[in-house]
Amino acid sequence: MPEASYPDDVLYHQEHDWARVEGDVATFGITWYAQDQLGEVVFFEPPQAGTTTTKDEPYSEVESVKAVSDVVAPLSGEVIEGNEALSDRPEAINEDPYGEGWMVKVRLSDPGEQEQLLDAQAYRASLE
Amino acid sequence: MSAPSRPTGSVGQQPALTIFERSAPGRRAFVPPAMDVPQRPLDEVLPARLRRREPARLPEVAEPEIVRHFNRLSKRNFDLDTGFYPLGSCTMKHNPKLHERVAALPGNSRLHPAQDPRRAQGALELMWRLQEALAEIAGLPHVSLQPSAGSHGELAGVLLTRAYHEDRGDRRTKVLTPDTAHGTNPATVTMAGYRVVKLATAPDGGVDVDDLRAKVDDDVACLMLTNPNTLGLFDSRIEEIAEIVHGAGATLYYDGANLNAVVGISRPGDMGFDIVHFNLHKTFTQPHGGGGPGAGPIAVSDRIEPYLPRPQVVRRAADNGGEPHFDLDFDRPKSIGRLRGFQGNYGVFVRSYAYIRSLGAEGLREMSETAVLNANYLLARLRRAGVAEYLPVAYDRLCMHEFVLSGAPMKRELGIRTLDLAKRLLDHGVHPPTVYFPLLVDEALLVEPTETETKETLDAFADAVAEILREAARDPDVARRAPYTTPVGRLDEATAAKRPVIRQPL
Amino acid sequence: MTTYTSATDRDRAEMLAEIGVGSIEDLFESIPAALRLGRPLDLPSGLSEAEVHAHLRDLAERNVSAQDEVTFVGAGMYDHYVPALVDAIIERSEFLTPYTPYQPEVSQGTLQAMFEYQTAISELTGLAVSNASVYDGPSAVGAAGYLARLANGRERFVVSRGLHPHSRETLVTMSAGYGTEVVEVPLSGGVTDPDALADAVDEGTAAVFLQQPNFLGAVEDLETLVPGARATGAVAVCACDPVALGILRPPGELGIDVAVGEGQPLGNRLDYGGPSFGFFAASDAYLRRMPGRIAGETTDAQGRRGFVLTLQTREQHIRREKATSNICTAQALNALAGIVYLSWLGRRGLVELTELLVARTAYARDALTARDGVRLAHDAPVVREFAVSLDAPVRAVVERCATAGVNPGYRLDLDYPEVENGLLVAITEQRSRADIDRLAQVLGDAVAAERAGAPAQAPA
Repeated sequence: MPEASYPDDVLYHQEHDWARVEGDVATFGITWYAQDQLGEVVFFEPPQAGTTTTKDEPYSEVESVKAVSDVVAPLSGEVIEGNEALSDRPEAINEDPYGEGWMVKVRLSDPGEQEQLLDAQAYRASLE
Repeated sequence: MSAPSRPTGSVGQQPALTIFERSAPGRRAFVPPAMDVPQRPLDEVLPARLRRREPARLPEVAEPEIVRHFNRLSKRNFDLDTGFYPLGSCTMKHNPKLHERVAALPGNSRLHPAQDPRRAQGALELMWRLQEALAEIAGLPHVSLQPSAGSHGELAGVLLTRAYHEDRGDRRTKVLTPDTAHGTNPATVTMAGYRVVKLATAPDGGVDVDDLRAKVDDDVACLMLTNPNTLGLFDSRIEEIAEIVHGAGATLYYDGANLNAVVGISRPGDMGFDIVHFNLHKTFTQPHGGGGPGAGPIAVSDRIEPYLPRPQVVRRAADNGGEPHFDLDFDRPKSIGRLRGFQGNYGVFVRSYAYIRSLGAEGLREMSETAVLNANYLLARLRRAGVAEYLPVAYDRLCMHEFVLSGAPMKRELGIRTLDLAKRLLDHGVHPPTVYFPLLVDEALLVEPTETETKETLDAFADAVAEILREAARDPDVARRAPYTTPVGRLDEATAAKRPVIRQPL
Repeated sequence: MTTYTSATDRDRAEMLAEIGVGSIEDLFESIPAALRLGRPLDLPSGLSEAEVHAHLRDLAERNVSAQDEVTFVGAGMYDHYVPALVDAIIERSEFLTPYTPYQPEVSQGTLQAMFEYQTAISELTGLAVSNASVYDGPSAVGAAGYLARLANGRERFVVSRGLHPHSRETLVTMSAGYGTEVVEVPLSGGVTDPDALADAVDEGTAAVFLQQPNFLGAVEDLETLVPGARATGAVAVCACDPVALGILRPPGELGIDVAVGEGQPLGNRLDYGGPSFGFFAASDAYLRRMPGRIAGETTDAQGRRGFVLTLQTREQHIRREKATSNICTAQALNALAGIVYLSWLGRRGLVELTELLVARTAYARDALTARDGVRLAHDAPVVREFAVSLDAPVRAVVERCATAGVNPGYRLDLDYPEVENGLLVAITEQRSRADIDRLAQVLGDAVAAERAGAPAQAPA
């Protein structure tokens, strides 16, 4: 995805991760800025179902050719599904970071934590 | 005129076939000696269920094709004997040809490591004398030659630190390293069971001593440093740093990667270091071999000596007033044990010893002085207008044996990155400097010319860099798509990482 | 004194002027006076090349090498014949002098050789993934331990007593850092006791280590041992003699997860123990946990085939404290000698070499045990090395053999006192039948003389 993109239908964490919340389930991924910094993603292995995510703590790693980056959880909960398709096509994280590049689906343990996340405008401003 | 439809005869440009692809069934090189003993049926001697069902699918090639194959491969390499190789932190100095001759002497090359020490006196004496020389250079009296590379020496050093503290009943959990440290330092720390704590770098490029004071406590086992540091700068607060570290009861470890700057001028032991590793494949010119072999001997202070790896090479006085003899001492109850088999990379010791005997005290000092002279000269030439504004030196002071430039202005103003500059340098027939290290400097270019280069070579390099910048100002695409004259162009590393193909399907 | 620098007085003057300082001394101003050595190094003055050569030659002549005696010493490093083409290739500047391939466009020779080497090691071990070398056999065993520790976090290693003593010791030294206990399983009849192994392995076992053939030369029955080793999910590691893999079943076929070993027998000289290389191969599941450099195939923008260092995110320069190991410089040139040698041996050649070794070793076992006072330490099948027990102190027997110009083998009394006056005898293709007959003669005579209390002769 060549042009910077920060859609309005997700919330943002300052460590460059996003969360799309639907009831008590959220989908996580990394932002356009994060994938741009990394370069072409070559490897991502989602954590297994049942793994706990803790807000502000890393729950996985993402690799490009010459770098490794922690993936930080924007919200706390339990992983119900990981995006296994990324094993074959990790580049989806670059091409479609908010869609096909989704990383995990999580059942939230504390939906109130959403209040602490940024909206698209605030996140974009924080990148200046 | 259109391009020729077939590749030219240039060896470097021919497509790459592997040795397996040059095989054909039935071809062979090796012929075994004649079977001169009675042969019992194989099944009797070695039951079939233990044996391979199919031979290993090694290549089937005769000698002429093997030689041609590897000769052709060799011509797809750029090497130090051919051209300038200013890789920062690697000390790519000339490899004297005498060293290959002495390493190949049969008394060395055909000597089994388990030979009785009384029948390996030449080898043990050589190792002992090398130890003595390294001890003098380091300013620390006790040396082990066992580690096989710098990072192996680092592991030894941190394990020695652990043994030292545990022997005193002291359990510590942290090791400090500067944020500019080479990656082997933190990797080693984890392997030795410690946690890495990073130290900030001060604006002048040295250790941030205030940060050090804040982070040093009695849970810190060791501080790992190199001096000059990875920015090519001598940290003149090293005595103060040593005092702080020793005051907390921790050890001070010296990564010898940058020793080429100070041999005969200043000694790590005198700076306050307890443990030093040498890179014999850097300062002491063991040829790099495309990625080894090397050696990483260590020198330590008295308080660390009891824990040195086993065995130690020692000289023993003669019982009856005769000549002293040399031996392997296994009787070391507090030793950390072994980090590898036998005695270490002896062939590397032979070369390094020959080097030290060739240069001698004076020559070793001249080596370091000239290394520092060459680096400062090259830095000065690069600073001339046209280069310095795009590739400023990261720290504006005299450097030691290497210096770091930042390609950030070049990226901003000319639209080419340090990577592109490096690739374009390949077209100029030189190996680029180290890129993107240390991490502290944006678009880093770490340049280490070494002492064995002529002034003309340094001038030519500075001119090549200037030319690339002028070219980029006219058309940045040229560097961005470089190199053009090498056997292959930029390679798809992303696919290689995503879908690794690391052996030939057979 | 020899110097390899070019700087003349004139060069120095011009360079100092360009820098803008008055003297070389000024360049060292950042070094405090208190830290200046202030005196010459207390080392001899430099010598001319001819003098250095003479000195090194003198030292070398004081060593009794395989050129000076008939040697049957093995213990992981063997006096194989290294063909001339290995020297011719590894002496080439283009292989000898470059650094690790950080700019792949000008390192295709080194990278492709690594790829070919990896292919050969994969083939020998029967495991999908090989790296481009580690330092030696024992440190490869240590590295396998670290892999297991990172993979499953468990805190005990179970090790066969058949593992090379240096490998066992290296594992203990390395694992002392990250807090892993090493527990040994005994041999029985010269091979790993399968019941003892199964008993020792539990949920806390990170890895199990076997050697093939084991240190006493015996071929282990991996097919029987491996299931017990892996029963609780431990990593099964096997240290192998690469030449013996020419005739023995590849460990990968028998469920071994990681195969390592000492590469010296493949085209490398003895060199008093180094440099050689360690090989390291594993099943695909451990790809991302592999230590060391790995070369991978790819293409450039024009579609030309090329090779690069790949999966670098495992390594220290990127992963830093979480790296799979701290390896930077390894043993690339020695691994190159390895792939050249394997190409020289070739598919048929390795088979014929191992068949010759097996036949001569069987002959040697018979010839030695035909002499009084020499018994087999075990009768397990062997490939190219075997252990005997002597009816006289092995140290004294070895001395007597030495004066007769024969080095009969590696003394086992220090590492394996349970083998009474044990001696480990290795056969290479350079030991002819006549050499073996001589060994039997000299060894038998030495044992007899020792038993008879005959005075020892002074060395020749």
